[in-house]
Amino acid sequence: MKSLIKPTRRAVLAGTAAVLTTPYLNRAWAADPVEINMLAWYGHGEPDMVEEFEAMHNVKFNSKYYAGGDNMLALIAQSPPGTYDVILSDGEFVQQLNAAGYIEEMDADDYDFDDFFPEFQNFPGHWKGDELWSVMVRYGLLGVSFNTDVVSHKEAMSYGVLWDEKLKGKVGHFDWHLPSLGQISLYNGNDDPSPFDIDEAAWEKLQETTMSLRPQVGGFFDYGGTFSNLKNGDMHAMCGIGDWITGVLRKDGAPVDSVIPEEGGIQWTESYSIGKGTDKGEIIRDFIQYMLSPKGQVRSIQMAAYPGLSPTKSGWIAIQQENHAEAVRSGLIGGVDNSPIKMIQEGRIHFRDIPQQQDLEDWNDFWSEYKNA
Amino acid sequence: MSGNSSLYKYTWRLPLLIWQAAFFVVPLIFLVVMSFWLVKNYRMQPDFVLKNWDKMFSRGYFWDAYWLTLGRAALASVIVSLIAFPASFALAFKVSDTTRRWAIFFLIIPFFTSYLVRVYAWQVILAEQGVINALFGTMGIGPVTMLNSGFGAMIGYLTLTLPLVVILQTFSLAAVDRNLIEAAWNLGCGRARTILSVIVPSAKIGLILGAVFCFILSFGDFVAPYYLGGSKPPTLSILIIDTTKSGQQWPRAAVVAICMIATLFTVAFAAIALAYGKPRK
Repeated sequence: MKSLIKPTRRAVLAGTAAVLTTPYLNRAWAADPVEINMLAWYGHGEPDMVEEFEAMHNVKFNSKYYAGGDNMLALIAQSPPGTYDVILSDGEFVQQLNAAGYIEEMDADDYDFDDFFPEFQNFPGHWKGDELWSVMVRYGLLGVSFNTDVVSHKEAMSYGVLWDEKLKGKVGHFDWHLPSLGQISLYNGNDDPSPFDIDEAAWEKLQETTMSLRPQVGGFFDYGGTFSNLKNGDMHAMCGIGDWITGVLRKDGAPVDSVIPEEGGIQWTESYSIGKGTDKGEIIRDFIQYMLSPKGQVRSIQMAAYPGLSPTKSGWIAIQQENHAEAVRSGLIGGVDNSPIKMIQEGRIHFRDIPQQQDLEDWNDFWSEYKNA
Repeated sequence: MSGNSSLYKYTWRLPLLIWQAAFFVVPLIFLVVMSFWLVKNYRMQPDFVLKNWDKMFSRGYFWDAYWLTLGRAALASVIVSLIAFPASFALAFKVSDTTRRWAIFFLIIPFFTSYLVRVYAWQVILAEQGVINALFGTMGIGPVTMLNSGFGAMIGYLTLTLPLVVILQTFSLAAVDRNLIEAAWNLGCGRARTILSVIVPSAKIGLILGAVFCFILSFGDFVAPYYLGGSKPPTLSILIIDTTKSGQQWPRAAVVAICMIATLFTVAFAAIALAYGKPRK
């Protein structure tokens, strides 16, 4: 007869497992998840990005998505202080977030800046003297995006292809003035110091060149329209986008690609800031650290909504080990021709910025005129 | 007694008055007031300046968008009314009551699905690699550019308004006094003259209201010109979106909106005057 008191080996193992997992069960069952309000571009609060962090820290992200820096600033301006705990903004808008007092200063010691490539360690606008206000988490490159059945890679290596007769009515614009005007500014040779830092003569010339492209233009599209028009073949080339759109379409088998032309490309940058007035600063710090970790960077590089590039060395190593094909495709391997760091070092990449010598309103106004031309 | 009677009448009118005040008059007043405000650091600040009106009225693109929107809405009203009329005529005069009821039911069905979804379906149909061009391809034609054009936008307007206009015209034509038609026949009128001289004038109110509804819906539509017209060039509704996106200029968007409302009022009152006005002798 078996003793009722003496436990079997299986019972001991099961009991031990139960005891060991109890703290996790307790935490999960005892407390509701802490809600974190995130303001970000589409996709950053989706499960493929945050589910692991949510499970690890018993938090739940409530995401409010925006499209464009103006839209982001407006959403914050129209909300009470403390509405957003964490803000993902375009790099060029961090200064405005800071100037308006919408973000908290961050502790630079909390983040491993030695792991960043030197080109990103002191990203413009993210630091104010020694004060850190935002941390870059991903970026991407904008160039010429095209249908590979119609345009060859060689042709796409100059923005001049957008004026090619065979693309008449088939050139699309992502409906935001900064990337498109930045690219045409590069086509005009405004690469020193930046396509966004141009004098009045260059601005006049930029408007003239842009207007000359108008007969080629088949439409101005939002995020969804850009996807569908490239995919269904109605647009054969797009101005103002890059791999963040074509990378997703290529996975679906669409014959599209993006290149950085000889005249240079524009870099979009996404950075995390801590919202002013939040009482969840510590967990936000942990989240940003998680996103900068190799694991977080692998998720960011392969984000379902749109892919991005990693600003950290460990992120490159991680994606090479995790998904070598993606590392090769994105150029996240030191020294290869499509390596973003190599292109930055060659001076071919310029950070997207707000106009330095004109009012943003002037660029907006011209964009409206251009669309109506 | 008379006091009770008027109280009774006003009680029944009250919900409509409250509704109109809360959801039309008050927002309209707010819109007008907001058009004089300023935006600083992406925040609206109460003020009283004419800058927004001056800014919008002095821009050529505003007037380009205005005339384009007006022209497209007017064209849509004419095209939709002409396309709808034969169908409405057949439903009013040529089919049984049961068939008419079923037809009206089928005309209502499109409203069960989102207009945006229907427009996305049109993108698939009108695209260069879409259904119509595939058909043209078998005949050695094309591809023909239909998407991201004025034609595409017009297809969207038709999708939005045609079923409604057919319904309005059908009800109006079905109410025409059959004795008048018989009298016209007895007096020797042919088919065309009966339609033009008897049926159309008798159904004038419904026909004009149908056209006005088409105008109103097309004039303010954002979806068709953006997703089928490629925002090329933008209409007023797209201009509102652009204005709010760039610098959050809600006061300037309010100026555009007020101009749209003023135009719609003018067109609607002119149409009502035309519909209910007495014919000249």
